[in-house]
Order: sequence, then C-alpha cells, then structure tokens
Amino acid sequence: MNYDLVIIGGGPAGLAAAVAAKEEGIDNLIILEREEELGGILNQCIHNGFGLHTFKEELTGPEYAQRFIDKVNELSIEYKLDTMVLDITEDKTIYAINPKEGLLEIHAKAIILAMGCRERPRGALTIPGTRCSGIMTAGAAQKFVNMKNYMPGKEVVVLGSGDIGLIMARRMTFEGAKVKAVVELLPYSSGLKRNIVQCLDDYNIPLKLSHTVVNIHGKERLEGVTIAKVDGNRKPIKETEEYIPCDTLLLSVGLIPENELSRKVGVELSPVTGGAVVDNHFQTSVEGIFSCGNVLHVHDLVDNVTLESYSAGKNASKYLKGQLRKGETIKLKATDGVRYTVPHFINPSTIEKDITVRFRVGDVFKGAAIAVYFDDTKVLNKKKRILAPGEMEEVKLASDLFSQYPGVKTITLKVERS
Amino acid sequence: MERRELTCIGCPMGCTLLIELDENNNIKVTGNACKIGETYAIKECTNPTRIVTTTVKVIGGKHPTVSIKTDKDIPKDKIFDCLKELKGLSVKAPINVGDIIYENILGTGVNMVATRKVESC
Ligand SMILES: Cc1cc2nc3c(=O)[nH]c(=O)nc-3n(C[C@H](O)[C@H](O)[C@H](O)COP(=O)(O)OP(=O)(O)OC[C@H]3O[C@@H](n4cnc5c(N)ncnc54)[C@H](O)[C@@H]3O)c2cc1C
Ligand code: SF4
Repeated sequence: MNYDLVIIGGGPAGLAAAVAAKEEGIDNLIILEREEELGGILNQCIHNGFGLHTFKEELTGPEYAQRFIDKVNELSIEYKLDTMVLDITEDKTIYAINPKEGLLEIHAKAIILAMGCRERPRGALTIPGTRCSGIMTAGAAQKFVNMKNYMPGKEVVVLGSGDIGLIMARRMTFEGAKVKAVVELLPYSSGLKRNIVQCLDDYNIPLKLSHTVVNIHGKERLEGVTIAKVDGNRKPIKETEEYIPCDTLLLSVGLIPENELSRKVGVELSPVTGGAVVDNHFQTSVEGIFSCGNVLHVHDLVDNVTLESYSAGKNASKYLKGQLRKGETIKLKATDGVRYTVPHFINPSTIEKDITVRFRVGDVFKGAAIAVYFDDTKVLNKKKRILAPGEMEEVKLASDLFSQYPGVKTITLKVERS
Repeated sequence: MERRELTCIGCPMGCTLLIELDENNNIKVTGNACKIGETYAIKECTNPTRIVTTTVKVIGGKHPTVSIKTDKDIPKDKIFDCLKELKGLSVKAPINVGDIIYENILGTGVNMVATRKVESC
C-alpha cells in the first residue's frame, strides 16, 4: 500500500491534521486508528466545556469529536479503524495490524504522529502498601462508567488533582458514589479552576492540598488509604496521618505522551515534554515526520490541539509539495520559570505568518511578565496577572521580527517579575 | 446580613469573592479584580445553574450507553433530582446527536439530548 500521507491516531489531533492536508489538496491520505471509532479520548469525556474557542459554544467531548468526524466524511478522507500501528521505519514504512486484513505494510511519503497520551500508571509512583484491586487511573474509571456502564466502586479517594480526577470526582458522585477527598501533593492544583469549583466545591468534596497517600490497605479489595500532610520538601509529616476507608482509589497524577513509535523511528524527544522536538512546521528530527496534539505535549484545551494539528497538516502538505526548505534553524530557549516551548526550533527561511509559541511555566507567578529576547534584545514583554503550571500559555512572534533581526541565533523565553 | 465566599472561575486568577447580602436582597461583591467576578457572583447567589451531563443505557446498540446532556442549564439544586429521574432509563438504538432522550425534565422545560451517535447492531 502506498500513500502520500499517513496519519497515526484518529483523535482530535489526527482528524484536524487530516482535514487540513486534504484541504491543501493532498488526496492520497489515510488515518489509522486502533480503536473501533474515531474521536480519541473525547469519546469518553461526556462533560461539557469543549470548543469554547473553536465553535464559540460549549460542547461535550463526543459532540466536539463528531464535528470533525463529519468533516472527515464530507471530504471523503480514508481511514482504517481497529488498526494498531506497531512500527515505523526510517524510510517511512509503517507496519500495522487489524483483525480483518492482518499485518499491513504501508509506504508513506510523509507521516503525522497524533497518538495522544496516556495516564501515568500507579507503578510509576511509589506508594507503599498492598497491591489490591480497586486502584485504577481516573481515565480508566471514566471509560468504565461512561462507555461500559460499569461503576468501579462506592467510596472513592482521588490521588492527584489533574482535570480527569476532578471530572471523575463529580461523575462518580452523580452515579451515587461518595467521594471522600481529592489528595494533591503540591500546594496548588494542576487542574483548571473551573473544574475545582464545578466538580469539587459544588458537591462539598474536600481538596487536600500538600497531602499525599502514604499507605494502601486491603487484601483482595482496597479497604482504605492513609493520607498525610507533606512539608516543604514534600516529605509526609507522621503526626498528620489520617485513615480514610474507601473501596476505590483513582489516580490522576499526570499524562505522558505516547511516543514508543516515535522513539523506534529515531525521532528526538524532549526530556521535559516527553514529546518530539519540532520546528515551527511541527516537523520532527526525522524529515517528513510531523507531530501534533497530546503526543507532542500535553494540552488542557482541545481547541489548542485542533489549531496546532491543523497547522501540522498544512505543513505536511507543504513538505509533500516540496515547499518546506531545509535551512539554518534558530533555537528557542526556555528558562527562568518557563519549562519548555513548542516549537523548539524555528526555520526562518519559510516564515509566512506570525509564529505561535506555546509553553508552560514551572510554578505559580503573580504579577509577572513573559519576556522574549532575540539574542540579547528584548522584543516582547507580555504582562500576566497570573501564570500557573496547569494552564498552557502562548506568545505570538510577529513575522517581521525575523526580518528585523536577521541572523538571530537564539530566542529566549523567560518569566520576569515586574 | 448573609455572607458567602466563592472562587471566581472567570480566569485562572481565581479571585476569592466575598458576597454580602442584606435584608433587601442588595448584593455587594468584593475581592473581584474585574467585572466578570461581580457578574459571576451575582448569578451564583441569585440563580446558580449548570449543564448536567450523564449517560443512560442503550438497548440494541453498538454501544451499551449513550451520553446525554441538558439542552439548557438547569437550577443547581435540581441536579440530583434530575439524575434520579433518569435512573433506570434505557433507550433504543439507533440514536443520533441531538435526539431528545427525555422531554421537559422535572417540568423545567429543559430536554435531555443525546451527545453521541449510537448505531443499532
Ligand atoms: C479526561 C479528560 C478531560 C478533558 N477535558 C477537557 C475539557 O473539558 N475541555 C477541553 O478543551 N479539553 C479537555 N481535555 C483535553 C483534550 O480532550 C485532549 O487534549 C485531546 O483529546 C487530545 O487529542 P489527541 O488527538 O492529541 O489525543 P487523543 O484524543 O488521545 O487521540 C489519540 C488517538 O490515537 C490513537 N492511537 C494511539 N496510538 C496508536 C497506534 N499505535 N496506532 C493507531 N492508533 C493509535 C488512540 O487510540 C487515540 O484515538 C480533556 C482530556 C481528558 C483526557
Ligand atoms: S474576578 Fe476577574 S480577575 Fe478575578 S478570577 Fe474572576 S475573571 Fe479573573
């Protein structure tokens, strides 16, 4: 099988990238998705709050996904479901498998990686105690409740205050469970404010900041957890230990981009984001392989996934038409409170429009500013009332900046206290 | 006089809003850094509403459940009555996005509508 463009993953990222490429005249393209339907993680996110920016209305996850699935069908974009990609080689041969056709060998001229992310499992954490049932990630519980009509338990503690954990605290309450606490190690929540108010405060669910689970009790099934307050060095304080009986512990302790395939094909990954290192065209270190959405860096808002992926799709088409020139690249440096940037590099030879640089900060900053330097010259100062690790930020670099400062080597983003 | 404290959800600042309600139902909001906070506080104290999303069982569909939502927001204190009303309900496939699953819930004039497609099997 031969295709100009193969998109791996049929979530909002893959769908938007496919639509963009098709609109740019790339007809010989296909989306490969391992699940039985398109839409990705959105299918299990039945709450509202999606698409405020893209559609100016609040949709639920499945509704947001459906708009793009409809678009994909309207444009007659080919896709294969139940199809899991197993391997990619450097010459862009893709090996995938599905129950109907068996092993597939697909040759592509360009590839877009849009595999999303997955939740950090418990193994990645080090909680002492027994390994009983009743412990699962918040996302797994979300799938059980919303897609399989199965309630995982009656008395719940949530560890970690990521958005999925907050959303699931409310969802389990709706289904009759008692959510006893959401326990967060850090002094602030990584979830959206709106979710803290509408998922916890509305139902009087306590959010215990600077707390963690120090022990797990139960033989076959979870019977309870011991939680404790932590000190400034995140060490549990013995005297504050408290036992909470519960039959379910949901973990919402972060997401990691799913980059096994990227690693295999030799795509350079960022140790900070866990996603690929890309330039302003979303091209990775392997020519002709692009990356977008949660597999590139974890997003809180699907609208940003859509915008980013649309752009990735357009750039992949440019690559296929031979319009992406290789050239000297400018490095983007994240420092002083800025944890990372996407893109990591800018190729100035093909800049047409303003460049959106997305980033996250590593701490909560009030009354600070984001400063952008072209080498040693400050070119932008964006005042921010608040910056928080849980909210992705962006700055736009005007295209004329690059003609104003030809030969710039490094662009630096930092937080400056004003 | 009644006092309440709320967290504004207007932006990530999350201002702590202090609301004072006197005998004549006059509302005074402090702690907000901008107008949005005041508007939010007044709405939350006089008529708090929410969109409710949940799932119901599907009979004869490719999926065991269908996700649904209120097509308009409903008073916050009706959320659990609304969920109770839907308990045990099941619907027949096929279902399309926007199909009314339950009409005029609790006499609010609000319908529960499907938010996903479920084909018959
Ligand atoms: C619980 C939860 C709540 C959220 N709430 C909100 C919200 O309220 N508002 C908002 O705007 N955003 C929200 N988001 C964020 C938003 O949903 C995500 O950012 C977005 O879905 C990411 O899109 P994606 O396409 O990158 O990834 P995904 O949706 O994860 O899609 C990736 C797809 O790739 C497929 N795939 C992976 N590996 C392979 C392989 N090897 N072969 C074939 N296919 C593969 C997967 O099956 C999946 O379908 C939420 C996210 C979660 C998880
Ligand atoms: S009052 Fe204004 S600044 Fe404060 S949280 Fe609300 S919207 Fe943000």
